[in-house]
Amino acid sequence: MNTTILLFLIQDGITNGAIYALLGLALVLVFAVTRVILIPQGEFVTYGALTYASLASGQMPGTAKLALAMGIVAFVFDLFAGRKALHGRLILRTFLANIVLPGIVLAVTLYFAGQKPPVAISMALSLVIVALIGVSLYRIVFQPLAHTSVLVLLIASVGVHLALQGLGLLFFGAEGQRGPAVLSTAFTLGALRFTGQSITVYGITIAFIVGLWLFFGFTRYGKALRATAVNRLGARLAGIRTSLSGQIAFLLASVIGALSGILIVPITTLYYDSGFLIGLKGFVAAIIGGLVSYPLTAIAALFVGIVEAFSSFYASNYKEVIVFMLLIPVLLLRSLAAPAVEEEKD
Amino acid sequence: MSALLSVTDAHVAYGKVEAVRSVSLEVGQNEIVTIVGANGAGKTTLLSAIMGILPLKGRVAFAGQDLARLDIEDRVAIGLGLVPEHRELFVTMNVEDNLELGAFRIEKSRAKSSIERVYTLFPRLKERRKQLAGTLSGGEQQMLAMGRALMGEPKLLMLDEPSLGLAPIIVADIFRIVTELRASGVSVLLVEQNAQAALKIADHAYVMELGEFVLSGKASDIAANERVAASYLGFQHEGASVL
Repeated sequence: MNTTILLFLIQDGITNGAIYALLGLALVLVFAVTRVILIPQGEFVTYGALTYASLASGQMPGTAKLALAMGIVAFVFDLFAGRKALHGRLILRTFLANIVLPGIVLAVTLYFAGQKPPVAISMALSLVIVALIGVSLYRIVFQPLAHTSVLVLLIASVGVHLALQGLGLLFFGAEGQRGPAVLSTAFTLGALRFTGQSITVYGITIAFIVGLWLFFGFTRYGKALRATAVNRLGARLAGIRTSLSGQIAFLLASVIGALSGILIVPITTLYYDSGFLIGLKGFVAAIIGGLVSYPLTAIAALFVGIVEAFSSFYASNYKEVIVFMLLIPVLLLRSLAAPAVEEEKD
Repeated sequence: MSALLSVTDAHVAYGKVEAVRSVSLEVGQNEIVTIVGANGAGKTTLLSAIMGILPLKGRVAFAGQDLARLDIEDRVAIGLGLVPEHRELFVTMNVEDNLELGAFRIEKSRAKSSIERVYTLFPRLKERRKQLAGTLSGGEQQMLAMGRALMGEPKLLMLDEPSLGLAPIIVADIFRIVTELRASGVSVLLVEQNAQAALKIADHAYVMELGEFVLSGKASDIAANERVAASYLGFQHEGASVL
């Protein structure tokens, strides 16, 4: 192998790894705060990507309607949960958040759908739509289950993944789609060619990681989220609502997922069911990070990306096998290092 | 004047086992009330249920408001605070962050002055403010747990076994601070195994056995009660206090 190929593979690996890093961080975040292993993270990726691609090609994405439908259900859930102490402000707040906001987004999407909006508008709309779906998803499925075991949450998570994937087929069809590049410039540095898209991927990943670091380190809500992850009861005793922390975690995860999708879809053709595999690779990184460590997850994600790039060069048929096989030694090592646990304690 | 906290005919059960049976209690303004009793009498269970952590049958009113429909977080917001036995600190965060989060429901400007008050009460916490909560000693963790609860500006602070496992000198410090709290207008509901120390600072006391209150009255009367002395104060006849 010559240096050019080596460099090219590493570059390719880092571009993919950056995406896996974002997804892995989101998985760690959601697990730490809500104990949910977010299998539908991959659906956030496809929904973001395909909503963006649909808008860019002048089609109306079904996800905008789904966001409103889920908002209506969330509204009903809020009313039901608060039925004993309903007051005007609560009703107004949940009505605005769950019905008016998705309603406005749907109207804006309908307005722009027919006229191939500029990239920035398609991108913003896709992010907002998927974020609304993410927050409502927490409200409808995971908030009512918040007190149950990790296993129940995992089963619900699998269910949500299957449901969203099915809806994805309904909204976007079985055909793959590609979206326009966010940045269409390119330049060469020595033997390497950098496309605008890969630069965008690096830039956004770094910006997001720095942003998350600032959010968790310095803001009231970021600290509250960390507190919930460290000690749920302690957080409640400090007056921090676990449901609020859960909503923020899902909001971040869905935005990260959708953003990843928007970043990938100009590079690779995505289908309604492509998200699962992409999400799983973020999951591999998150597992290597023990589902707790953010820096370890980010580094592991880059490693996963590079391993994937090299295996697709040398043994492309086995590329997924090789990537997922990374898990086996990691789990083995972790099981040896961790003390035996009899049954999870909540 | 009505009581700040009043619990009427409370029952708390774990499945079919009733851990607390038909308990009624009151805590007035500027009052320290203590519940003493042996390990397993149901004291911690009662506090957890008043806070909303465990479901309670019966009536709990705080500052004239029925608590039945309020979650833990809402109870915190109206001025009820609990320092649980296991402290439940944010161990991977520093002292200052722990304290700031205690004021999550309080306006930012007011939280600033609260933190100074907590540091005056517990100067040790100020020295350690950048240290991770998990690396503090047991006594410091107890101080931090109390400090965090005080950041929420409680009208009533419930303390669950604050002296458990601490060195006598720190215990004395914590009990001194509890009396200072009363002086500054915070009522305290204190659950203690160290009955002697608790009865000494309390205004009013309840004795709990097997999930029920068997005795209640002025703390000084309870301390003088022969049966209490025999069971909880570690000597056979009423008489001079050891403290």
